[in-house]
Amino acid sequence: MRRWSLTAALAAVAAYLVLPLTVDDYWLAVLNLAGIAAIGALGLDLLTGRTGLLSLGHAAFLGAGAYTAAAVGGPFPLWLAAAGLVGAALGLAAAPFAVRLRGHTLAIVTLALVFVGQHVFREWTSVTGGNAGRSDLPAVGLPGTHDQGWFWLVWALVAATLLVVGNVARSRTGRAMAAVRSDEAAAAVMGVDVARTKAAAFVASGVLAAAAGALYGSYRQYVGPEDWGLLVSVQYLAMVLIGGMATLAGPVLGALFVTALPHVVDVVVETGPASGVTAAQVTQLVFGLLLVVVVMAEPRGLAALAARARCNGRRSPRVEQGCA
Amino acid sequence: MTGVFELVVKGLALGSVYTLVALGFVVVFKATGVINFAQGALLLLGAYLTSAAAVGWGLPFPLAVAVAALGAVAFALVVERLVVRRLQGRPAVAVVMATLGVAIAADQVVTMVWGFGPRHLDDPWGAGSVRVAGVVLSQVDVAALVVGAATAAGLAAFFRGTRLGLALRAAASDAEAAAALGIRPATVSRAAWALAATVATLAGVLLASGPGAAVPNLGEQALRAFPAVVLGGFVSLGGALAGGLAIGVVEVLTARYLPGQELVVPYLAMLAVVLVRPDGLLAPREARRL
Repeated sequence: MRRWSLTAALAAVAAYLVLPLTVDDYWLAVLNLAGIAAIGALGLDLLTGRTGLLSLGHAAFLGAGAYTAAAVGGPFPLWLAAAGLVGAALGLAAAPFAVRLRGHTLAIVTLALVFVGQHVFREWTSVTGGNAGRSDLPAVGLPGTHDQGWFWLVWALVAATLLVVGNVARSRTGRAMAAVRSDEAAAAVMGVDVARTKAAAFVASGVLAAAAGALYGSYRQYVGPEDWGLLVSVQYLAMVLIGGMATLAGPVLGALFVTALPHVVDVVVETGPASGVTAAQVTQLVFGLLLVVVVMAEPRGLAALAARARCNGRRSPRVEQGCA
Repeated sequence: MTGVFELVVKGLALGSVYTLVALGFVVVFKATGVINFAQGALLLLGAYLTSAAAVGWGLPFPLAVAVAALGAVAFALVVERLVVRRLQGRPAVAVVMATLGVAIAADQVVTMVWGFGPRHLDDPWGAGSVRVAGVVLSQVDVAALVVGAATAAGLAAFFRGTRLGLALRAAASDAEAAAALGIRPATVSRAAWALAATVATLAGVLLASGPGAAVPNLGEQALRAFPAVVLGGFVSLGGALAGGLAIGVVEVLTARYLPGQELVVPYLAMLAVVLVRPDGLLAPREARRL
């Protein structure tokens, strides 16, 4: 176990340093977007995977972060912190719904957040630039080319997020989240403050989503209202679900998978205009079918597949590694 | 004054369409505990199949709608059998994501087959309007009101007066007791999905006829019925009817007096209501069992 994780850590560090120097900018951009998405997906996993609160409103939090970065500007720590604060405030505002509603109803009510969010993004033109969006987002001074520098920045932030989320999951709050997920009534009987735990999950998820949105905006140097529709919420849920809920590796694997999918389809499917079928359609079709297949065949996601492969041939499987 | 009255009637017509969609959600949810995010895909499929049958094969319009409804029902039964029934007892996120996956895939198949351009339905009412009691109404609004009222009455008769309707109601009130009395859960689930597909087809046809046409984002209209479902309390057919009509009126009045806000006001109304009455406006407050 120890040797395995040491090897993995060394490999990860080596990849972190070397990848930007060897991978071309196109695929580096895919990795950068995947890293940014991984931060947002880890946030959604805190809410949906670990606390069991199904949210279709993640896109609204991401968008709010991006617009905050545009409005605040200034140096990198300033706009990132401002986005995080706005995300926290919105998470706190969404918490009362989570306390009152459960399961499906919460999904529908958080869906409303996406539509309300998009409406605000379109109408509040002095901050958001309206339908045209904004392209005056703060840039970050980084070494190397645009994509190399962003790779080092984004994946360092992913590592930091993993560290924080991993520690939160093992903390009192993290265990309270797991208790709320498995049985609210039982959690309350054991002394867990259910309302507070749900609020904490929404706030933490809002912070990470807004931070990811701010990074997304700064990386692309553009933010517009079309970027934060329902499909984005669904994609983030898909990352968490396909990767594996309530695991650390899951949301990251899921973000890589969902972000890379359209580009892989682009390469694999040769779709000329004559066929009348675009690569975007094929991507969406594959994405939709994959969602169904993953939910039905391996509900614990890619992380579970990886754990299973790692456990094969092992004589004394350990429960905490998922080898049971 | 006539102006306001006219707007209210228009709102009720739009609300009839929302009611149809909301009824589909509620019937499936009551019978199987599943929120069917693929309802929008059923609506889209119904509208395009009607277009194909009416324009492509030259069938008379009512027959085309019937053929389209059969197609949508067949699709719904396949989804029910292959996906939804196998997810019984799984957490809400699994079922929601599976139906969303079905919806996304089905949307692509529709645009792959029929393209992105608008498709007309060859409907009998077209863009014309009629004068009823001093109020000018478009013909499609009249059709929506008639179809909505007829469907609501038909469903009420079905649930009150038929064995299958009674079975659905029994299963909704207590699935285990119903199963113990010999009501097969599979039959209940299939019937609910077939009903949902039928009302979705009607809603899709109404949205895509008249001055409109079948377009790829028609399915998103189904999401606009969600406030109606939540306002109505999720499990009551009467609630879905009242919620749908209320949302339709609110949307039309907002479009007139606060232009640009009409798509967001129903959602804001829903958010405000669930903070005060989480179980909806019409549903009785249930004691929650631990």
